[in-house]
Amino acid sequence: MSNERYSFSLTTFSPSGKLVQIEYALAAVAAGAPSVGIKAKNGVVLATENKQKSMLYEEQSIFKVETVTDHIGMVYSGMGPDYRLLVKKARKMAQEYYRTYEEPIPTAQLVQRVALVMQEYTQSGGVRPFGVSLLICGWDSGRPYLFQCDPSGAYFAWKATAMGRNYINGKTFLEKRYSDDLELDDAVHTAILTLKEGFEGQMTAENIEVGICDENGFHRLSVSTVRDHLANIP
Amino acid sequence: MSILAYNGGAVVAMKGKNCVAIASDKRFGIQAQTLSVNFEKVFEMSPHLYVGLPGLATDTQTVHQRLKFRQNLYELKEGRRMSPKAFSAMLSNLLYERRFGPYFVEPIVAGLDQNYEPYINAMDLIGCITQPDDFVVSGTCASQLYGMCEVLWEPNLEPDDLFETISQALVNACDRDAVSGWGAVVHIIEKDKVTIKHVKTRMD
Repeated sequence: MSNERYSFSLTTFSPSGKLVQIEYALAAVAAGAPSVGIKAKNGVVLATENKQKSMLYEEQSIFKVETVTDHIGMVYSGMGPDYRLLVKKARKMAQEYYRTYEEPIPTAQLVQRVALVMQEYTQSGGVRPFGVSLLICGWDSGRPYLFQCDPSGAYFAWKATAMGRNYINGKTFLEKRYSDDLELDDAVHTAILTLKEGFEGQMTAENIEVGICDENGFHRLSVSTVRDHLANIP
Repeated sequence: MSILAYNGGAVVAMKGKNCVAIASDKRFGIQAQTLSVNFEKVFEMSPHLYVGLPGLATDTQTVHQRLKFRQNLYELKEGRRMSPKAFSAMLSNLLYERRFGPYFVEPIVAGLDQNYEPYINAMDLIGCITQPDDFVVSGTCASQLYGMCEVLWEPNLEPDDLFETISQALVNACDRDAVSGWGAVVHIIEKDKVTIKHVKTRMD
């Protein structure tokens, strides 16, 4: 890892068998902005809060919802800089896969490989774990996928989930709202409603981000489209 | 003489109607001296996927082993079979990794894809793929095979006719090459069966 003579992993076991560094990383995630993911019949939706503290901030220039390849997108809760590194790596891994096999990377494969990177940062010397949890959504082999990737390198496949600040309430809300025959538009609606639970201040099309993935691929919704969705919410 | 022609050998593959055929001779020699008449150059990689590796015999074996290694890892990691297209891309990459010290094989891939559509291609020893929609040839009598295939092949051959066509093409091409022949083997790949037939040829 480094040229120093010694380089120890910061993530070492405590006597009780816990890796406290990872717990701290999860705490950083739980303190971060909330994000939501919901799988529908004909697609997946990712949504997150992108609220800024100052009115001088220029919105719509830095985004949290990012495309990895045509058919995969992701969003995070936690630390922004750590996320951008993972986005960069994920994009590179997706292109490497395409170069080797001339077919687009399956979402499950990308998630596995991103999770592997996150795991490496819990066992290598001179590094700290990532302060982010990821939601990765995709569409391949004719169906939608939604995964969550944690700092420990653990990953989960969800029908719907929430992360970040207030995630327990978010999940409870989703448990009540989720159904298997949800259409993508309804899922966007539900995702925004979940964010609205515990949203501080006025929710506008400028301070949330929504990304959707269906058979045509992944893309972030434009402000005007988000505004249309918000208009349907009382 | 080119190292590609050191051991001799030929492979040909053809598309038919809902089927493909791939065939090779069985000679292994060192220049003009025949050492074995039981050296097949076509390998089954999965039930609907075959690869032929004519060229330097040592590289035929090495490339086959390294291909199987990568294919096994892929199939375990992804929990699914490799498509002929993905397999070809992987093989092409494997060859190009040795761009300046290549494996001396010119592979042919033949099989049925996920929708059981016929798939064939051929590549050179550094992995440049050509993918025609009739037939592909490779090996020391490639030019003779071209001649035979141009004459005999026609579109939409049924499995039985395809067998006859590919056998005649291979046998007659090998008869005009000193370092190919000495027996041949033909694989006819259909949706629910693969037929392997050993063809008798001139042994001189």
